Amino acid sequence: MAEVPLSSAPKVEVIKQDQDREHALFLLREMLRIRRFEEKAAEVYTLGKIRGFLHLYIGEEAVAVGAMQALTANDRIVATYREHGQALARGISANSLMAEMYGKITGCSHGHGGSMHFFDISRRFYGGYAIVGGGLPVAVGLALADKLQHNEKTITACFFGDGAAAEGEFYESLNLAALWKLPVLFLCENNLYAMGTALDRAFAQTNICLKAQAQGIESESVDGMSILAVEAATHRAAEAVRSTGRPFLLELHTYRFRAHSMADPDLYRTKKEIAEWQVRDPIKVFEQHLRERGLLTDADLASLESAIAHELDEAVQFADSSPWEPVEDLTRDVCTPEAGKS
Amino acid sequence: MKKKVTYREAIRAALRQAMRDDSRVFLMGEDVGRYGGAFAVSLGLLQELGPERIRDAPLSESTFLGAGIGAALGGMRPIVEIMTINFSLLALDQIVNNAATLRHMSGGQLSVPLVVRMASGGGRQMAAQHSHSLEGWYAHIPGIKVLTPANVMDAAGMLIAALREPDPVFIFEHATLYPLEGEIEEKIAPADISKAAICRVGKDITLISYSASLLKALQAADSLAKDGIEAEVIDLRVLRPLDTATILASVSKTHRAVIVDEAWRTGSFAAEISAQIMEQAFDELDAPVSRVCSAEVPMPYAIHLETAALPQPDTIVTAVRNLM
Repeated sequence: MAEVPLSSAPKVEVIKQDQDREHALFLLREMLRIRRFEEKAAEVYTLGKIRGFLHLYIGEEAVAVGAMQALTANDRIVATYREHGQALARGISANSLMAEMYGKITGCSHGHGGSMHFFDISRRFYGGYAIVGGGLPVAVGLALADKLQHNEKTITACFFGDGAAAEGEFYESLNLAALWKLPVLFLCENNLYAMGTALDRAFAQTNICLKAQAQGIESESVDGMSILAVEAATHRAAEAVRSTGRPFLLELHTYRFRAHSMADPDLYRTKKEIAEWQVRDPIKVFEQHLRERGLLTDADLASLESAIAHELDEAVQFADSSPWEPVEDLTRDVCTPEAGKS
Repeated sequence: MKKKVTYREAIRAALRQAMRDDSRVFLMGEDVGRYGGAFAVSLGLLQELGPERIRDAPLSESTFLGAGIGAALGGMRPIVEIMTINFSLLALDQIVNNAATLRHMSGGQLSVPLVVRMASGGGRQMAAQHSHSLEGWYAHIPGIKVLTPANVMDAAGMLIAALREPDPVFIFEHATLYPLEGEIEEKIAPADISKAAICRVGKDITLISYSASLLKALQAADSLAKDGIEAEVIDLRVLRPLDTATILASVSKTHRAVIVDEAWRTGSFAAEISAQIMEQAFDELDAPVSRVCSAEVPMPYAIHLETAALPQPDTIVTAVRNLM
């Protein structure tokens, strides 16, 4: 069992005193939406309405929400099988995500992907990739396409976990992005565990920024439990990628409060460790931060919660009442129809 | 106007034409640029088209193939050259889990217009790690197309056709075919990649093959003809989607079939063709379908052993005689 001291994660840098209230409440709302969405997903999973794998993002909300603030509508996003947070923060509706997990045709991937494979090309969300490390080469290629087409303001944000940093594709992708000077923002969500294997049981060198540096890529280590730290760091990093056209890696130190998946009995870490990280709950900490500055009242919070509960009730209702894809269409999307030829 | 070229030159001409006709097309792979391609296919193209279009990639098959997928999603028409099929095993995750699945898994939102070329096959004393014939593995996967050009015209025309496909296309160029000579048109037209071809008409038996083994099947047909056995020879050309209609029509005429496939027999593409004939033309058969495949051994280096391991014209002739 790896005991990872909390001090290994960097401290929140500077808390902005003059954080715009509307924006602050937006960030809080987005994190809360993800938290409640995940709780709802777990609830309907236990009812058997969602099947397959379900990997919850609870505890890591600040990463997706903070990072997404630095991306434009033109930027491209590649994510992993734990991508509910990114999808919601990118603006894909809770309705279509819930329906996707139900396997309904109204889902964002027509029910073909489920929890691990959300896609929405209208939002340049190029999918959840469920082979660890498998999304990185695709992200490098998307950035190559932008470079070759002179889409100079567009970057590709590639989310992946610490587990992916053990895969060959991680090193290969960082190398190719650096070698060919491609605009990829690598976002490593370091939640300290690759499924059940702790970081220091998988790596001789646990500092992922150093791995980036070895590939010639600039990097920064960020407190992934602080929405403001993530937002600020991602703005800096995205700006660096945009202005130089070169890749950048952010290592976001975070923690998942729930097990790896619904199938995981969570035997590989202590309750004490989880409790210590829960003290740093990104939502609680940010709420407290806003309250101390008079930017959040009980009434504000109640109103946010009520709107989110309404949105999620509607999402469940939408998923429940949505139709299934006709079985006759089983193989329809395997190949592009003839008309798609150019 | 036709011109005489080698298989290698035909592919180069097609690459050049494709890149001149469409600014979205580019080539990337190991040693495709400054070296000129391990089989000299892209020799000179770096000088003609520049390093943006002819991209030397580091030895990271999985990542530059995955980057091809990403570039295709991003609006380009990449051609990824994997030096040989043997190294494509390092890219299998990207091929099987991403290239082949993204369209379906995204509910039809994505298309991956990616062309992947690689040299395949044995017969050059390259031993067990450089002689694979795994096209059949790729033909197993829904979501991709598998092309196996066995002549100069197809080598050029299939590449042009592949670049017009909205989904991933894999082209297997047999390494022994690169010096093969033939003719192409000055302006290369896209080949029809929906059909098998009858290369030789016959009435007594159907020989079904593809890629370099096809040439051995044709040699076998020549020697059978001397003994009065008229073999019909089919070049499959496309392993996926398979043109079963041409196979079944021929078998319905000849009532006998031998499949010649350089891959190992067990679980092979030859087995698939045999099953198709059995399922759809059982009543037409006057003899069991027979297969000539490679021996079940890692490819040996020694010339006499390699020759014995691979299908040869005389082993095909023997298989035919056993059915008559």
